Formats: sequence, structure tokens, C-alpha cells
Amino acid sequence: MPTTSYKKLPYEYGFSDPEISVFKTKQGINQDVVKTISLLKHEDDKMYNFRLRAFQYFTDQPMPTWGPDLSDINFDDIYYYLKPTDKEGHSWDEVPSEIKNTYDKLGIPEAEKQYLGGVKAQYESEVIYGSLMKKLADQGVIFCGMDEALKKYPKLVWQYFGKIVPPDDNKFASLNSAVWSGGSFIYIPKNVHVELPLQTYFRINSQKMGQFERTLIIADEGSFVHYIEGCTAPIYSTDSLHAAVVEVFVKTNARVRYTTIQNWSTNVYNLVTKRAQVEANGVMEWVDGNLGSKVTMKYPSNILVGENAHAEVLSIAVASGIQHLDAGAKAIHLAPNTTSRIVSKSISLNGGRSSYRGTVYISQGATNARSKVVCDALILDKLSRSDTYPINKNSEPSAFIEHEATVSKIGEDQLFYLMSRGFSVNEAEAMIVNGFVEPIVKQLPMEYSLELNRLINLQMEGSVA
Amino acid sequence: MIQFKNISVSVDKKPILKNITFDLKPGQITALMGPNGSGKSTVALTLAGHPNYQITSGQIIFGKIDISQLSPDERANLGFFLASQSPVAIPGLNVKTFLWQIFKKFHPDQKTSLSEFRSWLAFESDTLGIKSELLDRSLNDGFSGGERKKMEVLQMLVSNPKYLILDEIDSGLDIDALKIISLRIQKLAQDLNSAILIITHAPKILEYLKPNQVLVLDKGQIKKSGDASLVQKIIDSGFNS
Repeated sequence: MPTTSYKKLPYEYGFSDPEISVFKTKQGINQDVVKTISLLKHEDDKMYNFRLRAFQYFTDQPMPTWGPDLSDINFDDIYYYLKPTDKEGHSWDEVPSEIKNTYDKLGIPEAEKQYLGGVKAQYESEVIYGSLMKKLADQGVIFCGMDEALKKYPKLVWQYFGKIVPPDDNKFASLNSAVWSGGSFIYIPKNVHVELPLQTYFRINSQKMGQFERTLIIADEGSFVHYIEGCTAPIYSTDSLHAAVVEVFVKTNARVRYTTIQNWSTNVYNLVTKRAQVEANGVMEWVDGNLGSKVTMKYPSNILVGENAHAEVLSIAVASGIQHLDAGAKAIHLAPNTTSRIVSKSISLNGGRSSYRGTVYISQGATNARSKVVCDALILDKLSRSDTYPINKNSEPSAFIEHEATVSKIGEDQLFYLMSRGFSVNEAEAMIVNGFVEPIVKQLPMEYSLELNRLINLQMEGSVA
Repeated sequence: MIQFKNISVSVDKKPILKNITFDLKPGQITALMGPNGSGKSTVALTLAGHPNYQITSGQIIFGKIDISQLSPDERANLGFFLASQSPVAIPGLNVKTFLWQIFKKFHPDQKTSLSEFRSWLAFESDTLGIKSELLDRSLNDGFSGGERKKMEVLQMLVSNPKYLILDEIDSGLDIDALKIISLRIQKLAQDLNSAILIITHAPKILEYLKPNQVLVLDKGQIKKSGDASLVQKIIDSGFNS
């Protein structure tokens, strides 16, 4: 570990031994907090300065007001860094009963519940983990925590870190850049196909569901990887803000699929910047499911820089009650024959609000680029709301953008038809909703798709008067 | 037995049926005929419990109880089955999965495995002339009129109904398909001693499913009733004779 930065640790910040097992920075954010985080992690000067620069950008930028209401976020109330051991701060008794009930209904084993409930920092269950990791390592695959990667592979990390989501990208990316902790680092060597999906779920000994996690994936030429982030069961967090940054580099002929199932508890602001850069003939696929959180703002973006690069975003949002899920996608076509397809499906119920917000940009010279955007919204009751905010900019005469949007309500005739087959109103409605999301759910690995369907059914229980 | 007793029905406060009375008896076939707009489908939807069809007076007696306030699923669980005139599509709802769910609902004690069910399904679909790829698609999504009608019959076979309400099951079917599904429905009704109510404009289906009673509806009222011979009279001289 580099001791140079360690020496910078000044005494006046109120601690002398960064190795104590329980540590968190004081509430609120300022330059000292940012410095402390870097020092505690024994980071090199470069990251130390990167964080400080990012913090300046964070301070300089106003709160974004173009989307959901963020005025309740109080940056002074938040703890920006907690040592992993400190994550076990609350007890099982403190986990809200509605979340415990959901675990019960999903049939999640006791040990896993504790982990998901944030009671245990680590969920140690995976015997397959060891053998899988060895096989990957033999192929030259690197899959580790972001902090560990920075220590072990600083050259590789710095070649890509912050390159497609620069520290001044947006207020929350700046915040993440300043205080990030945890997240995954993945490097797939040339022509290596990783057959099994890599999942954060299986990765132990690192912070998994960090507040400000940072993920970096590099798929070298001709390689393939499927990365799965999160899990379908609700993640209980006492943290009120989750601001992650994800950067994905898809090299020539490579393909990356990135699957997210987000189910934060409904006290969380989930403000995530996800971006991929896709080179010639590369394919980037995002499968993005949003079930939880109070507010989500997330628009996986694809910068198609190489000829024939393709991006695909399948996103689904289920907004219920107080939730406002503002999700979408971006496709930036910068090269000829690049293609993108964005399919967004949202369900609003019990007063929930979901929005599609997307941008398709085709630059001059991106000849024959094509983009197709399909947004389908399903609104289950009169209290709920759905909006679409598409932006299409096409500067290339030979390219074209297609946009389709539908908004539907569950038809009386559909409900009656299914009920006349013996299904209750709840069962019938669940069948219609599950059918609606089926095109996306079928893209998920089996255990995820089953659990996603069950979760949607749980959310809908009692939603019909 | 089901008794439709002095039933009047309104839709959006507009009266459609006026004081209708008839019985559906186990093992018997009733044909309900009449010109367009006479209220035939209203009878079917009222029996099945569509929420928009308000019973303003009268009762539907099942055994000894009045079931006119029961929801469509409660009626289905009593053995009612409505083969819809225009079955709706449910995008994303896989036909096989759906049929399996219906099967489980109506055979809670049966230890049929999914694979046994599938082979049974394959056999029945083949008999009815349903292309096997339709079973892997979304329910009625992009199906032709005839395919939808055959799918209704398949659902009927899975639910073992005691009261079959066939609302123009014959429309959209070619003559060969009409014969096949009529005979299959006849066998089902015989096996289960079910009552059948056939709503039709076209007497052809009644050659295969011979009615015990024939009712002619006009302007929301039963204008005539009789036995199978009434069908021939209608063929000969129309509804207004």
C-alpha cells in the first residue's frame, strides 16, 4: 500500500488510527471528508486529487431540476463513508416489517435475509464462488472490488477510470467521483467468453451495495461478458442516497450485457450514471429493472463510436405509491451503420409515477445509423401517472430514428375475460401485468425472472379496490 | 339447474333485456336465436357476470341460491364457462402456461404432471386443428378469428364446465372446423352432463348440437320458444314470421 498518502493524514480531523474496525466519516460533506476517505483507503495521489477535483465540480453544480423532485435530499444528513464493518450497524429488529414480510413471501433463507436487510455486511454462501473465480482467473479475467483493483492494477484502472463518465459529468456523478467506495472492476481479455454471468451477488469480501459504488467493465476485443448487478429481493438501506457510476468499455467485436434489478427500499434516492462506449461491431446490452427506491433517475447511455456498433436497452419500471421512477436511455451515434434499440416498459400503480426520458442523437457522418425507441406504459389506476420525454436529434440525412409510444390501461374486457376463466381480479391483473413485462423478463436468467414476476405480484397485491 | 327468472338488464342505464325467464338443465342444449341487436350476447354476459351488465330486476337461481351478485370468477368456479364472441388478446400471457393455470384451478386434487398435461394438450389441440406453435404464443395475440374460437374450446376442455355458454362460437369457423369443435363440445357435455346455451344466428351448428329448447329473442324479450322444430321454421321464414 502506498504510504505517501497515508502520511498526509492530519491529526486535526479527529482520529489517529484509521485501522480501527468501526469508522465512519462525520455526517455531511466537505473537502476534509473527501480527503479523509481517500486517506483511509490509502489511495495514491492521483485518486486523491481526482476526488478533490470532483468535489469541486459537485459543489459548483446546481441541483438538477429538470427531472423528479430532489429538493428533499439533504447532503448534510448523509454519511459519505462507512467502513464495511460499520454496515452491520443496525439490527434485524430495525429492518421494517414490510421488508421482512417480502423476504418471507419470497422464501428467502434466513442467512440471506440478514444480508439483504443490511444486518450482515457479507452473505457467505457460495461454494461455487471459489471454483468459478479460479476458472476465470485462469482465463485472465479480473473480477474484483473497485478499491482492490485500484491497488492491484492502477495502470489498467487509470487507463479507463472516469474516461466516459468524467468527474464533472453531472452533479451526482461528481459526488460519486468524490466519495466513491466499493463497486466492481471487471476486465475480460481478448476473445474470452465468460459463459456464466458474473454477479455482484456472489462476490464476497467487498462492499456490494455501497451507497456510492463505482463499477468499471472493460471487455477487450472479441470478448463477451454478462454482468448482473443487484438482486430482486428488496435491499434495505438506511442510507437515503445511492449515487453510483458505471462505465463500460466495449472494444471491437466485443459484447457486454449488463443486467440490473434495482429494488431499494422506498426511502432511497437512486441517482445513477451508467454509460458505455462501444467500438466497431461491438454490442452493448442493458437490461434494467427498477422496482424499488423513492426516486430513481437512471438513463443507461451508449456512445457508439465504431462502425456497426449496436446498443440495446431494455428497461422496466414498476412505480407504486410514493415512488417516482424516471428511467430511460441514451444512444449517441457517432459512426456509420451504428444501430440502437431502446425498449422501455413502465407500470404505474397506487399513485406511483413513472417516466421515460431518453435521447437519441445521430451525428453528421454517422451514415445509415438507425435507432428505434419503443415506450409502453401501463397505468393501473386513476391515481397513477406516466410521462414520456423523448429527445431525438438527427444531423445525418441518411440515418433515421423511429419512435413509438403507447399508454394503456388494463382493459375491462381483459379483466372480465380472465376472471370468467376462474381467476380472481388480483390474479387476472397480475397475468396482464406479467404479460406486459414478459418481453423484458424473458431476457433475464431464469431465477431472476421468476423472482421478478413474484415481486411484481407482491407489489400488486391489494392494488385493486 | 340454472333458472333465469324474470331478468331485466341495463347497460349504462339503458334497458336491454326485459323480463326474461328460461331454464338451463343439465344434459340439455338450449339455442338462443334472434336478429342482430336483440340482446343475445347480453344474456351470455349477464350469465357470466360482466360488471357492466346491471340486473335491474329478477334473479339467476343456481340450485336454490341467487347468484346474480357473484363475480365472474366466482361463477366460473361454480362451473360457468363463457366462450366469448370476440375473445380478447392478452399480450405476453403464454397459452400453455395459461391453460396449465386453468387446469390446476379446476383440478386441485389431481396429480397430473406438467408433462402429462402437455401431451394431453398436444392431443386435444391436434384434434381441434390448432397449430402447435399457437400454444407457445401469447393468448389470442395475432390469432385469426377461427384460431381464437378454437382456443376458447381448448380452454373449455381444461375447465370442465357444467354450464357452457357459447356466444357465436360458430362465427369465424369454416364448415369443417365447425363440425370438429361441435362434436368435441358435444362429447364434453355428455361426459360431464353439462348444460349448453348456444347463441347463434346460423342454424348450421344446431345440426351437430341439437337443441332441446329454442328461444327466439327480439328487442330484449323472448318472442317465441319451442323445441328443435322451431329452428326449421326460422330457416324457412326468418325471425319475423
